[in-house]
Amino acid sequence: MKTAESGRQEGFGHVVPLGTLLAVFAALIVLTGITVAATWVDLGSANLFIAMGIAAVKATLVALYFMHLRYDHPFNALIFVVGLLFLTLFLGLTLLDTRQYQPEIQAAVENPV
Amino acid sequence: MNDLTALAPHGVSAQSEQGHHPHPDYVAHHFDSAEQQFDAGKLGVWVFLVTEILFFSGLFCAYAVYRGNHPEVFVYAHHFLDKNLGALNTAVLIFSSLTMALAVRAAQLEQRRALIAFLLVTLLCAFVFLGVKYVEYRQKWEHGLLWAGRYHATGQESNHGPEAASADRGAAVAAGPRAGETTPAVPPELPPEATASEDAPRLVGVFFSIYFAMTGLHALHVIGGIGAVTWILARAVRGDFNRFYFGPVDYVGLYWHLVDLVWIFLFPLLYLIH
Amino acid sequence: MDHSSSAPVDYLHADRGIRSWIFTLDHKRIGVMYLVGIAASLVLGGLFALAIRTHLAIPALTHGTTPAASVPAVGEPAAVAAPEAAAVQADAAAGLAAEGQAPTAASTLQETPPRYLLTPRQYNRVFTLHGAIMIFLVIIPGIPAALGNFVLPLMLGAKDVAFPRLNLASFHLWVIGAVFFLAVLFTGGLDTGWTFYTPYSTTTDTRVVTAALGAFILGFSSIFTGINFIATVHMLRARGMSWFKMPLFVWSLYATAVIQVLATPVLGITLLLVAAERIFGLGIFDPKLGGDPVLFQHFFWFYSHPAVYIMILPGMGVVSESISTFSRKHIFGYRFIAFSSVAIALLGFLVWGHHMFTSGQSRLAGMIFSALTFSVSIPSAIKVFNWLATMYKGSISLQTPMCYALAFLFLFGIGGLTGLFLGALSTDVHLHDTYFVVAHFHYVMFGGTLVAFLGGLHYWWPKMTGKMFDETLGRLGALAIFLGLNLTFFPQFVLGSRGMPRRYFDYSLLLDRHPEFAGLNVLSTAGAFLTGLGFVIVVICLAHSLWRGRPAPANPWGAATLEWQTSSPPPKENFLRPPVLSESYDPYYLDDLEYDDKTGAYAGVPLGLA
Repeated sequence: MKTAESGRQEGFGHVVPLGTLLAVFAALIVLTGITVAATWVDLGSANLFIAMGIAAVKATLVALYFMHLRYDHPFNALIFVVGLLFLTLFLGLTLLDTRQYQPEIQAAVENPV
Repeated sequence: MNDLTALAPHGVSAQSEQGHHPHPDYVAHHFDSAEQQFDAGKLGVWVFLVTEILFFSGLFCAYAVYRGNHPEVFVYAHHFLDKNLGALNTAVLIFSSLTMALAVRAAQLEQRRALIAFLLVTLLCAFVFLGVKYVEYRQKWEHGLLWAGRYHATGQESNHGPEAASADRGAAVAAGPRAGETTPAVPPELPPEATASEDAPRLVGVFFSIYFAMTGLHALHVIGGIGAVTWILARAVRGDFNRFYFGPVDYVGLYWHLVDLVWIFLFPLLYLIH
Repeated sequence: MDHSSSAPVDYLHADRGIRSWIFTLDHKRIGVMYLVGIAASLVLGGLFALAIRTHLAIPALTHGTTPAASVPAVGEPAAVAAPEAAAVQADAAAGLAAEGQAPTAASTLQETPPRYLLTPRQYNRVFTLHGAIMIFLVIIPGIPAALGNFVLPLMLGAKDVAFPRLNLASFHLWVIGAVFFLAVLFTGGLDTGWTFYTPYSTTTDTRVVTAALGAFILGFSSIFTGINFIATVHMLRARGMSWFKMPLFVWSLYATAVIQVLATPVLGITLLLVAAERIFGLGIFDPKLGGDPVLFQHFFWFYSHPAVYIMILPGMGVVSESISTFSRKHIFGYRFIAFSSVAIALLGFLVWGHHMFTSGQSRLAGMIFSALTFSVSIPSAIKVFNWLATMYKGSISLQTPMCYALAFLFLFGIGGLTGLFLGALSTDVHLHDTYFVVAHFHYVMFGGTLVAFLGGLHYWWPKMTGKMFDETLGRLGALAIFLGLNLTFFPQFVLGSRGMPRRYFDYSLLLDRHPEFAGLNVLSTAGAFLTGLGFVIVVICLAHSLWRGRPAPANPWGAATLEWQTSSPPPKENFLRPPVLSESYDPYYLDDLEYDDKTGAYAGVPLGLA
């Protein structure tokens, strides 16, 4: 339903330029290629960090451009970041001691009463 | 969203008193302006996306715990996943994200035909993604590469309950490498230390529990996304959107990008273990 | 009555018919519907509580007349420390279950049937459903979804919440979740305790999947409410209402919403995994399949500890409102109270491991979680001291909501301070799984949240219904509940600190050694019935007000927050003209409001309100 004013006034919200969207898409595809290629080389535990680092870069690109965070109200970005912080908190504190009791679990499994 | 029912006479007088133009019908009665409505909706969607992140976080946490405790299982078992299909699906999902972003752009610019076209392409990509997923799941199913309670890589029928599975551990140990050979998706260079390891085949079902839980929940979100995009498509065809009212397209787009984001992490975590 | 001549039709009479309620988008009607549902759940959960207490009093009363074996009910098996013990317990439960259904079977239990109100099987189900219903259906949605839904937009000067449809959907989800719980009740019950601990929850033959899906759905109801409140607070404040002109109840609801949004999804995925474990044998929590049973507890308490603050924070908000209003004094330390709500919400996420001290969790983690636990007491204490300072030299009137607020201070004080014993690593090991724990969380959940809920209900009752209630009856109800609650749970502190374990079906063996426990057990049961009587008085009081209550004025208590600046009950669109606040507005500046003896109401307009 258009109203008369829509012809005259500017809409709100940032319109991301076409070129930016296409460039981001190209970057994402290239990064996907790199992350697959990186598994051909054995770098020990560095492989995991490389894969996660590339994924993080890709995620940032998607969030900033496809999801408009770069042009959006900063508060929306804050919400997103807070979500990630709590994700980190959850993983961090849970992983803190999961190794500690694994021997007990194994012992209990191997010698059931 | 076009909530006219509650627009009582008092509401109208209140509006005019504020010196604003009367409400267009796409602005709900309790909002002052289309922009306020859009911002509120966007805020709500971002908060919802945070709940989605934390919803998935449980599985990421379980992944980290299991990979930390049984790294050899993950190295061994990920060879059963088809890297090429995974990469293909990644590309498909990223492309669908692009078309979704373009759809939002088209809605903002009031290009109705482009909007409809981009939404259709997005939908198509979603179905391609699920199709590839189906092919992958069927391969796993045929070779008994299932979650821990049903894991029976021998390829023969088995109705293992959770209890029986651990009793048959020995059989699984012997069967592990052979199952690898009969799986077309497996590259020939299986690392010998993985197959020789006693522990890896024993708990190899752990990997598939995580694999099915994560990709399954993600697939459910893709299916949900298909529903949401279809809803937007129907409204776009009806001509609901304009430069002041494109919120729903944007919101569904944000959700769709989040589904993409999750996959961006799932792909290396599950398919590209080294 | 004069205000009604100029007022339009109120929200209760704006539309007619059942559909105008079930499918309404009006936040006030949705709040009222929540209230009805929550009250019904409260009755159900309360009846379960009475059944438990009656059951436990019978052996205490008849002790010494018939010997019987002490049979432990299935509690929360400490998963890692003794998974085998858990299995044994599970087997025992299964055995008991079979016996419970076959009265002819010969067993020690069957020799003395008259001594018990419930069979072991029933007992496990009753205390599980008491907990699950009270927590998921009553306490968590109680204040935010029922009272908050009604009051929040009014307090902000808004016409509605930001997403009315989502609000309605969240109510419908609540109903569906409640139906799932009823289905559990009628199709075999649930005996895992409300916590669904694995591995017992993946092996019991009761309706874990149904209950887990019910709680999952209720979780989404809670999330949607949270999203709605966050967006409403951000976007729909009246013109001129800056963040620090918001009532403290709104601050507490905002902090609550943050927890609902951040914590509840983790419960969702946890319950889905438990359901998948049962249906498919997924194995994430099953050690035999390489799973990690303690991980369940991490997942569960990542939600359920912050959920404790979902329960208590809105209650604190209600108390902040009442104490200022009925002391006729500006709230003391507004910013401190506001920020302490946010601080509690955030700190609440750092302490979940204190539920797992005896689970096999590492010592390091135990120490960290124990130390962090004490940090939560700081913002809680800030609130309590500010309330006390507000009352200091105030002109206190003991209206019913104020009685509840004072009861809250006392009960929450005891509940909070006894929490320190449980938060300290060393004492917790001693008190773990004793009646001390039961007493502690009932003081906080019942003495805190439910008492605040009742206080809030009485406080906003005139606004919701347009009727005043009888003060004498109201105070009498508050008194009975206050005394009953203390009588029920204070003896449990004593019993627990002396080592009486919780969740046992029969304490005969314990009573053989400690006959002095019998009296305290009977006292506790007597208190439960006194509490029940208190609730009956509350129901009579409120029902009487609906039938015979005098019409409520717009501002019966003399508060300056915006919900009192519109008629009681409010019109459908809340305010005839949207309130506009000037710089001088202060939600707790009460001096411009004067009591008028003739109308029995407060007259005047708060400073800075146009």
